[in-house]
Amino acid sequence: MQKNYDLIVIGAGPAGLAAAIYAARGSLSTLVVDESSAGGQVKTTHQVANYPGFIEPISGYELAGNMRKQAERYGAAFDLAIEITGLSLSGQQKFVEVDGEKIGAKNIILATGSSPRLLDAPGEQEFKGNGISYCATCDGDFYKGKDVVVVGGGNSAMEESLLLLQYVNSITVIHQFDVLQAEKVTADKMLANPKVSFLWSHEPRKFERVNDKMRVVAENLKTKEMVSIERDGVFVFIGLKPNTGLFEKTSLQLSEHGYLLTNDKMETNLPGVYAVGDVRAKQYRQITTAVSDGTIAALEIIRKG
Amino acid sequence: MLSTNLTTIQSKEELADLIAKNEKVAVCCGRMGPMCIPVYDIFEVFQEKYPDIVFRNMDFDSPDAAVIRNLPECRLFNGLPFTVYYRNGKVVKATSSIQTSKQVKDIITEVLE
Repeated sequence: MQKNYDLIVIGAGPAGLAAAIYAARGSLSTLVVDESSAGGQVKTTHQVANYPGFIEPISGYELAGNMRKQAERYGAAFDLAIEITGLSLSGQQKFVEVDGEKIGAKNIILATGSSPRLLDAPGEQEFKGNGISYCATCDGDFYKGKDVVVVGGGNSAMEESLLLLQYVNSITVIHQFDVLQAEKVTADKMLANPKVSFLWSHEPRKFERVNDKMRVVAENLKTKEMVSIERDGVFVFIGLKPNTGLFEKTSLQLSEHGYLLTNDKMETNLPGVYAVGDVRAKQYRQITTAVSDGTIAALEIIRKG
Repeated sequence: MLSTNLTTIQSKEELADLIAKNEKVAVCCGRMGPMCIPVYDIFEVFQEKYPDIVFRNMDFDSPDAAVIRNLPECRLFNGLPFTVYYRNGKVVKATSSIQTSKQVKDIITEVLE
């Protein structure tokens, strides 16, 4: 027999969990599904210092865990580490297919968040964790005294690079522009560091392994010339992208940058379908703004009955 | 120290005993970092979905974790966590860095089912 809920929340980050807490407390039968686990990006944040109510910083892992437990306490059901195999958002009754099982809902909240952007260059997947990394904290000490490439020139790239400099012998930054996008104070530290060199206006096109080294083939975006450099490893920090792949076959409206468009009640263009958190087009992406989005969507659904 | 809801292997002897006594064992060896936590969480969920598989984690920096760090299957790994799947006492698969639940599920289907 098919399961039916008042609300299915797709995505168990802070936005989805806040929505689940409010909805479950508002007596809506609520299911939270996520292809990963509960907590979203917050769960992997070492310490959260700016979430109101906590005088001392709280670990992201603990904060995310508490949010989930709070939602469960009010009756929200969870189905995590699943695969969403189908989605039907048009019509009054919506459907989410979870690991092949069709589940119905009157309302859907999309809270799928965002993920680190990949270069999608040949070799990137093949050498992930084996020459290509996405986290200086995690993998920096594998490259002690070695020479690495950092791809990116924004805040995250430069902050992670400063951390990497504690381990590595040198960093070659490959950046698509001819200036850094990072905040001036961070950018200046990198520009002044003698261990750092820059390959401006270049983009990696291919990664290969040559003996123990990684070869990066990069294109000069101005001259179209290809250059090859060989280093011990590559770190990629090129920002985030909204997780909207699931909605490609729907008629949901997206912004020019690929985020879901909503009004101030978090309603998308499809009736009964809401979008909250980092996947939504908006200016500020914080835990607090994600929680706010989730709250508004849940209250709006409760108000409409 | 790994503060997760998974049981953490404390010693190489415990790991040896575990893989000797259980046909299917999966161990995620890492730190409390952004690439490791998602894999621990997937293991936590899969503990219920796959009761015949023993899921554990292990602190990458503990001296005894050398038994995983030095595995031939992990020789080229440069990304945490190192995740190792054992069947009948032998390593049947090892992965480096973050994995999605689908990737972990596919590996289980491939080597542990």
